[in-house]
Amino acid sequence: MTESSLFKRTAAELAEAVAAGEVSAVEVTGAHLDRIAAVDDAETGVHAFLHVNREQALAAAGEVDAKRAAGEQLGPLAGVPLALKDVITTADMPTTAGSKILEGWQPPYDATITRRMREAGIIILGKTNMDEFAMGSSTENSAFGPTRNPWDLDRIPGGSGGGSSAALASFQAPLAIGTDTGGSIRQPAAVTGTVGVKPTYGGVSRYGLIACASSLDQAGPCARTVLDAALLHSVIGGYDPLDATSIQQPVPDVVAAARRGADGDLSGMRIGVVKELGGEGYQAGVERRFGEAVEVLGKLGAEVVEVSCPHFDYALPAYYLILPSEVSSNLARFDAMRYGLRVGDDGSRSAEEVMNATRGAGFGAEAKRRIILGTYALSSGYYDAYYGQAQKVRTLVTRDFEAAFEQVDVLVSPTTPTTAFPIGEKVDDPLAMYKNDLCTIPSNLAGNASASFPCGLAEEDGMPVGLHVMAPVLADDRLYRIGAALEQALVSEWGGPLLDKVPELETA
Amino acid sequence: MPSISRDEVAHLARLARLDLEPAELDHLAGQLDQIISAVAQVSEVAADDIPPTSHALPMTNAFRADEPRPSLSAEAALAQAPEAEDGRFRVPQILGEEQ
Repeated sequence: MTESSLFKRTAAELAEAVAAGEVSAVEVTGAHLDRIAAVDDAETGVHAFLHVNREQALAAAGEVDAKRAAGEQLGPLAGVPLALKDVITTADMPTTAGSKILEGWQPPYDATITRRMREAGIIILGKTNMDEFAMGSSTENSAFGPTRNPWDLDRIPGGSGGGSSAALASFQAPLAIGTDTGGSIRQPAAVTGTVGVKPTYGGVSRYGLIACASSLDQAGPCARTVLDAALLHSVIGGYDPLDATSIQQPVPDVVAAARRGADGDLSGMRIGVVKELGGEGYQAGVERRFGEAVEVLGKLGAEVVEVSCPHFDYALPAYYLILPSEVSSNLARFDAMRYGLRVGDDGSRSAEEVMNATRGAGFGAEAKRRIILGTYALSSGYYDAYYGQAQKVRTLVTRDFEAAFEQVDVLVSPTTPTTAFPIGEKVDDPLAMYKNDLCTIPSNLAGNASASFPCGLAEEDGMPVGLHVMAPVLADDRLYRIGAALEQALVSEWGGPLLDKVPELETA
Repeated sequence: MPSISRDEVAHLARLARLDLEPAELDHLAGQLDQIISAVAQVSEVAADDIPPTSHALPMTNAFRADEPRPSLSAEAALAQAPEAEDGRFRVPQILGEEQ
């Protein structure tokens, strides 16, 4: 096998090749590390990674090879490399959450999902770039410079998990982890032509996930194929006693659902197109590809109807009250005392002055905006009108979902109103930036499972478009059945995966 | 329409323990005013009799067994401290001279 044939393969194929002894985990890992070295330059390349774990990755791969040689049974993703979003703690690598306030911070413990992946023999290549504390839709809010979209290096790769999505789309890793508070897995997946799944809230442990908004944050799998995402989901999912919001129920059989979906038969499934998520403000090429994808689902046997969720129009404003409120509280832990940055400690300044100076120097513009906004929304006198009212809207959004799921099995919409925009275009226009998450936010408020699947390129700019699928709480398997059915239909129509069309990157 | 002044932003920044430069205060005041006007839409929804939702999936009392388990050692906890002294976090003075 040549190097390029290694890094272009799916996770399922790589794991099978490793298990069969056709290739070693060390060779697979080496091929991906070489690819990173070739295309990921911070100044001129994709810049998906903030930290690459070369020696440790090769050592972990060597352990997988040794286990295989000893005749041990390997897990279904053993020896497969992965790109880990830098908001998940790793005891052997720095974890910055894209913030200067945590630059160089080496966590004293592994997140639960980090541990589960290591135990499954997944090789963590390094940590991926992101908007600071997962706040943003473009990865431009990283303190360490933007990540570039492999489809067009002048455009954003989505956010906050733009490093993870870009790593997948530029073949630097076949698997990645994202976290989704308002769309940070699904929107980057949509704009890079990759697959991203936000599991049901509580379905994947948050222990070791640096909190953005605790009632909304959810880690999940990212990949280039639906089956690969399902395989990763089943490794990271399931009850964790270290997370008080973890669901004490088994993860739905997402791998079986992905395999079943690949048969291309959706008969018996009812799909609702959300009336409120389309029309004004949606790019023509996005609406066209979305409409065609829905037609494909109909041809595969699904029954398609239109569904109204009237309170979804208020999900975005409610989210931008709830999220900053939680952020202003969660980011209070960065106080310059126990870990992270400390500035101005000159022997004369008080602890409070050092704290104020450190937070002023350590947080970027978007983090500051949201801290101030959240502090305002929680202030006495405003609490009922803003935070309290937003929590009521949250109830109404959840009720819209419940009513819709009495009529249909899943809901669909475009993942994002537009394709990837040029770097710099919206970075200082918060309201324009926030609209990227219009379609993805309702599922964070309600906690149900959602995903984005590639559905083609918009004609006007040649950039990828995503189909957004929303399923009820704990019905994550439905996402995979729909996604896999759509994938097999579109791949056969296109004559290959969408990412066959991504431009060749210049290699160093 | 709500409005938020530069002085209010400065006050909020003090509450949030966040030093902001004068230029940041100018810039943020304008932006926050826009954002708050936009999110104030939530008040259009008639929701007097609607209960608030704080968590997507309601759960109460997630207990664990009351059994000892390993925790971080003092060395591990202090390893990433900005400054440590005598096995403790060293912090700037908490009380001023006159206190």
